[in-house]
Amino acid sequence: MKLWGGPSDSGCCSVADVEDARRVCQQLGIPHHVFNFTAEFEREVVGPYVAAHARATTPNPCIACNAHLKFDRFLQRARLLGFDAIVTGHHARVTWSGGVWQLRRGKDAAKDQSYVLYMLGQPELAQLRLPVGELTKQEVRRLAARIGLRTADKPDSQDVCFISKAGGRASFLAGRIPLGPGRLITATGDDLGPVDALELVTVGQRRGLGLTPHKRPERRYVVNVDLSNRTATLGALDDLMVRAVALRGLSWTERPLWPGSRVQAQLSAHGVPASGRWEGAGSSGAVVLDQRVRRVAAGQAVVLYAPDDAGDIVAGGGTAA
Amino acid sequence: MGLWLVDRFGNPSGSHSVARAARQAIDEARDTIAEVLGTAPGDVVFTGSGTEAANLAVLGRTRSAPGPIVVSAIEHHAVLNAARAAARWCDVPIRVVGVGRDGTVDLDALGAALDRTVSLVSVQLVNNEVGTLQPLSDVARLVRRRAPGAVLHTDAVQAVAWYDVGQLGAGADMVSISAHKFGGPQGVGALAFRRSVTLEPLVYGGPQERARRAGTHNVAGIVGMAVALAAVTRDRAAFCTRTGRLRDRLVAGLLAGIPATYETAPGAPKAPGHCHLLIDGVESEALLVLLDAAGVAASAGSACASGAMEPSHVLLAMGSSPEVALGALRLTLGHDSTDADVDAALRVVPAAVAQLRAGRYSEPVEAR
Repeated sequence: MKLWGGPSDSGCCSVADVEDARRVCQQLGIPHHVFNFTAEFEREVVGPYVAAHARATTPNPCIACNAHLKFDRFLQRARLLGFDAIVTGHHARVTWSGGVWQLRRGKDAAKDQSYVLYMLGQPELAQLRLPVGELTKQEVRRLAARIGLRTADKPDSQDVCFISKAGGRASFLAGRIPLGPGRLITATGDDLGPVDALELVTVGQRRGLGLTPHKRPERRYVVNVDLSNRTATLGALDDLMVRAVALRGLSWTERPLWPGSRVQAQLSAHGVPASGRWEGAGSSGAVVLDQRVRRVAAGQAVVLYAPDDAGDIVAGGGTAA
Repeated sequence: MGLWLVDRFGNPSGSHSVARAARQAIDEARDTIAEVLGTAPGDVVFTGSGTEAANLAVLGRTRSAPGPIVVSAIEHHAVLNAARAAARWCDVPIRVVGVGRDGTVDLDALGAALDRTVSLVSVQLVNNEVGTLQPLSDVARLVRRRAPGAVLHTDAVQAVAWYDVGQLGAGADMVSISAHKFGGPQGVGALAFRRSVTLEPLVYGGPQERARRAGTHNVAGIVGMAVALAAVTRDRAAFCTRTGRLRDRLVAGLLAGIPATYETAPGAPKAPGHCHLLIDGVESEALLVLLDAAGVAASAGSACASGAMEPSHVLLAMGSSPEVALGALRLTLGHDSTDADVDAALRVVPAAVAQLRAGRYSEPVEAR
């Protein structure tokens, strides 16, 4: 897919990256076609990414891309053309057992990407193959080197594909929305100084605020962002801790969990899962954790797992309300 | 061509006998090309491609005599992008002249864009996507009258295979051609002049091509181009009749076999090898994958650097919406095309369109 038409140095979307894919396909004897989905990508991924920042919520562009492009537009096109399945390089596993398809963590825990696939359901899982999920990243590279693929040593692609390392998030957004300054304040209203671009500040953030660094326990974290008042409230870690996370827009890989079900909740892309239980019905509810966790920024994805020796199973997920 | 790559491999710029033989070969090639295009031999510059010839015309003229550039909206990107570069480089405006729904230049709009300050006008002879023949003699007349100081370039790359460019392009001051479009090799083209035009070169170096394009000649390519041009000129009438008949059968068959399908610019004068359709309710990107798998080579818009399809600027200029433009299908016929090829296309294309329109769903695969 050609998704992003602008500059790219993430290792994913530039013409050079397409060339790598084309050459690998040549080596493997696979016909290579490129589909132009740039309009959908702009509408479903980039637009919402920008809008989320303008509203002080946290966007998930990779999740939006999976939901709207990879496993929607692209999968529909594949079905239309009569293909049996699509294959991606996600480190995750799809298994079949007891009459259902399961989405599980990949074998390489450090590289697991099941978190970004939480929105898939039975129809999508039935037509998805994830061949590298059973391998560690090291094993993948070794295999690639053994069959002589030119990409065996290519660095891992990083971060958001349409944000360049050079300019970063700030210069990308500055071109699309007005980024304005704000004030950092405490809960009691004390002014702690200015911050350049309030739209780039996230709940839970500690660094990059221009404050003199403190050692624990005096470290300060952003506990709230108020765009209308142009303030970001800072507090102690304790002020960030919560016992439950409200979720909406839930999707389930098989069927909704019963209220009271035990879960492992992963609260960010690379976060350590927290154990708790699901209290909700259908498409909204809350995860009540056994131990307090840091508040999850609104818009951030939370994925619920059922632990399993053969690879933790993704029950479903949603976004923090 | 092989001869000039092996046994008689020589640099025409040299002074020994091998060089002289190579020199003679390209001189004779030059004579042939000049005769076919209706110019004097001294007025043919060999280039590495039709694109380079168009670039030399557009950039060369504008850099030598800066002034407004006038182009049609449906020019090939070789002309459009060279014009954009020339405009940036020389800080001059570009005036883009629209086309009608029939895919030909809007002469009224052209007249309005011309004035005494214009330095270069570039209007193609045949459009490469839709195949429509442009009214070049009317264009030339307008340019003489309204922009007497301007030089008229015509991109004849698509036209050479089908038309007598010497005659149809008689009003143009510069004509660009590309060998591989008329049965010659890739990697060689030419720019021919009908009157003396000062051009700033693109490639500097030795004195080849009267200092208009430096670099050792692609002798084999140039010889190949001339041989192909002579052959296509000799066989043109028969080739056009045969190909036109195949094309007409293909168009009629596809229009009959696929509901809600329209010929682009029906009734407009078109090159005999072009079949261009607009198909409702399918995305040509998907259609091309199915056709490729069935052995039918087709195209739709132009490809960008990554190989993904962009909606055709030609169709957009002709008034198509982007959605309609994404349902375009172009099939071209050439020397090797046969009735069997047309039969195959008439089987494959309707079936592929039907599959896409049915939105056929693949049943989920059970566990292995």
